[in-house]
Amino acid sequence: MKTNFLHSIKICAAIFLAAIALNFSRAQNEINIQQEINVLGQTKPIPVSLEGFSDQIESVLKFDLYVQGFSFVSPDAAQYQISGSDSGNVQGRVTDKFARHEILSRSYTGASLRRQAHAFADDIVLAITGKKGIAQTKIAFKVEAPGGNGEIYVSDFDGHNAQAVTHDNTIVAAPAWSPGKLALYYTSYQPGNPDIFYHNLSTGQRRIIAGFSGLNTSAAVSPDGSKVAMILSKSGSPDVWVCDADGSNFKQLTHTPEDESSPCWSPNGQWICFATKIHERRVLAKISANGGALQRIPTPGAPNPTEPDWSPDGKWIAFTSQMGDFNICVMPAGGGTPTVIATGEDPSWSPNSRTLIFTRRAGGHYTLSVLDVFTKQVKDVARISGNDSQPAWAK
Amino acid sequence: MKTMKLFYSLAFALAVTLAATGCKHTPGKITPLPSENSGMVRNDTGGGTLPSDTGVGTTGGGQTAGLEDFDNMIQDRAALANYTVHFAYDSAAVRSSEQANLQAVASALSSDPSAKLLIEGNCDERGTEEYNRSLGERRSLAAREALAQLGVDPSRVRTISYGKDRPVDPGHDQAAWAKNRRDDFVLLHPKAGA
Repeated sequence: MKTNFLHSIKICAAIFLAAIALNFSRAQNEINIQQEINVLGQTKPIPVSLEGFSDQIESVLKFDLYVQGFSFVSPDAAQYQISGSDSGNVQGRVTDKFARHEILSRSYTGASLRRQAHAFADDIVLAITGKKGIAQTKIAFKVEAPGGNGEIYVSDFDGHNAQAVTHDNTIVAAPAWSPGKLALYYTSYQPGNPDIFYHNLSTGQRRIIAGFSGLNTSAAVSPDGSKVAMILSKSGSPDVWVCDADGSNFKQLTHTPEDESSPCWSPNGQWICFATKIHERRVLAKISANGGALQRIPTPGAPNPTEPDWSPDGKWIAFTSQMGDFNICVMPAGGGTPTVIATGEDPSWSPNSRTLIFTRRAGGHYTLSVLDVFTKQVKDVARISGNDSQPAWAK
Repeated sequence: MKTMKLFYSLAFALAVTLAATGCKHTPGKITPLPSENSGMVRNDTGGGTLPSDTGVGTTGGGQTAGLEDFDNMIQDRAALANYTVHFAYDSAAVRSSEQANLQAVASALSSDPSAKLLIEGNCDERGTEEYNRSLGERRSLAAREALAQLGVDPSRVRTISYGKDRPVDPGHDQAAWAKNRRDDFVLLHPKAGA
C-alpha cells in the first residue's frame, strides 16, 4: 500500500512539474514577444509556417499575417506551425512549437472562402499576440481616372471586394468613416463646388452637410460620432470648423489667414490636429475641439508635415513629411522625434493601432499599401485602376 | 482506501487532460460567418452588396449657402484666358509681376456690370492632396482680395480650388510646376432672358 502511495505521489509530482515547465516556456515566449513590441520599425517578425492550404487561401493568409508582423519559414524554423485545409471550407490549427501545445483549432462556415480565411487570420493573430486582428475590416478610398475625375470606393482592407459608392464622374476627395457605422463623409464637386456629403452606405441615401461658398472638404468624424471637423473657406481663408454629425451648429475653430488642412481627432475627442503654416513654415498644430489657442506640435527632423492621423489607442500621430520624397512618419502623440517608416503619403491607422494604410507612388500611378509599423513589413493592396489614394480605415 | 481511489482517479484525469491538450488535435470549434460584407464595420448588422447611391437628398439640415447668385450662369473661359495669375512654390501671395493681369480682369468686370467671375485656384503636384486643395483655395481667395483692392465687389466673385487635380502641364519638372501654380479666371454671363 505504502509503495503504491509513494508511486502515485511521484506520478503526480512529475505531472505537476511538467505542467509548470510547459507554462514557463509559454510565459517565456510571451515575454519575448512583449519585449519586442512597440519598437517602431525595429521589431522582428514572428516566424510561422503555413501548410495544407490551396494557393488562393494561402495567399490570403500570407497577406493578412505579413502585414501584421509575421514571417514565413519552414516548419522546423517556425515558432508557430499553422496548418489546415480549405476543401469545402477553411479549417486550421496553430501549434506553439516550443511549448508543443495547440493554441488554436477552428473551422469556418458561411460567406466566402476568402472571408473564412480572413476570419482564421484574425483568430491566429488573437491566439498568438493577444491583439484583435485587422483582416475583417473595411477601407474607403478615392479612385482617380486620368484627367482628375474619380469616385469614392469601399473595399476589404486588402483591396478586394471593391465597390464604387459614388457615380459622380467629377473630382471626389477625402472619405472619412462615421465610427462604427456603414456610413461615410466625403467631398464631391458634383454640385459644381467642393461640398461635403454624408452618405449612408446601408440605404444608399446621401445629402450635403456642408455646401458653403468656397471650399468644403476634409471631413473627420469625432470618435463618438457626434461631431465632424472639416475645412471651410467661407470666412475668407481655409480654416478648421466643427459641426454636429447632421450638419448643424457650425463653429469656426481656427482664425488664421493661412491654409489649414486635414483635421483629425484625438481618440478622447478633446483635440483636433491639423496641418497649417506658422511664420512661413509648414507645421502640425492642435486646437481644443471647443476652440481656444492653437498649439504647435513640433516634428523635429520631419519638414513640411501634413495629413496627421491620431492612432485610436492615443499613443501615436502618423503624418506625411515632404523632404523631396513624401515619407510616412510616426511620432509619439505627446511629443517626440518622428520616425520615418516608409516612402508614401496620407496614412490612416487600423482600428488596432498597429498597421497603417497609405498612398504610394509606383510606376506612374498611385496605389495603396498596408504597413506594419513595428516590423516595417509592407504590401500593396489590390489596385482598382487609375490612381488609388486617400485611404480611410473603418473603425 | 476510498481517499486513495479518489486520488488515483484525479491524477489519472489530470494526466489524460494534459495528454489531450498537449499532444492530440481535438476537433476544431466552428465559427459561422455572416454574409460577405456584413460585420466588418463595428455595429453594422446589415449585409451583402452595398446599394447604389440614390442621388443627392435635399432634405435635412444640409448647409448650402452663398452660391445661388452664380447658378445657371454661362462660363466664358476664353475671355480672360490670357490673364492667368501664377504663384511661387508653396505661396498664395500675389506677386507684383501679376498686377497687370489682375488689372485686366478688373477692367473686364467693370465694363460689364452683369458679368460675374469664377476664380479657379490650382497647385503643382508637389505637396499632398488636401494640403493642395487648401492652398489652391487660398490662392483663389488671394486674387479675390487683390481684385477687391482694384474696386471689384467681392460678392461678384466666386472661388473654387482644384488642388493638384487639374494641371495644365502634365510634366514633372520646374517648368511644368511653374505653369500649374495658377489662378484661372472664368467670366460668367447671365443666361439670355435671365
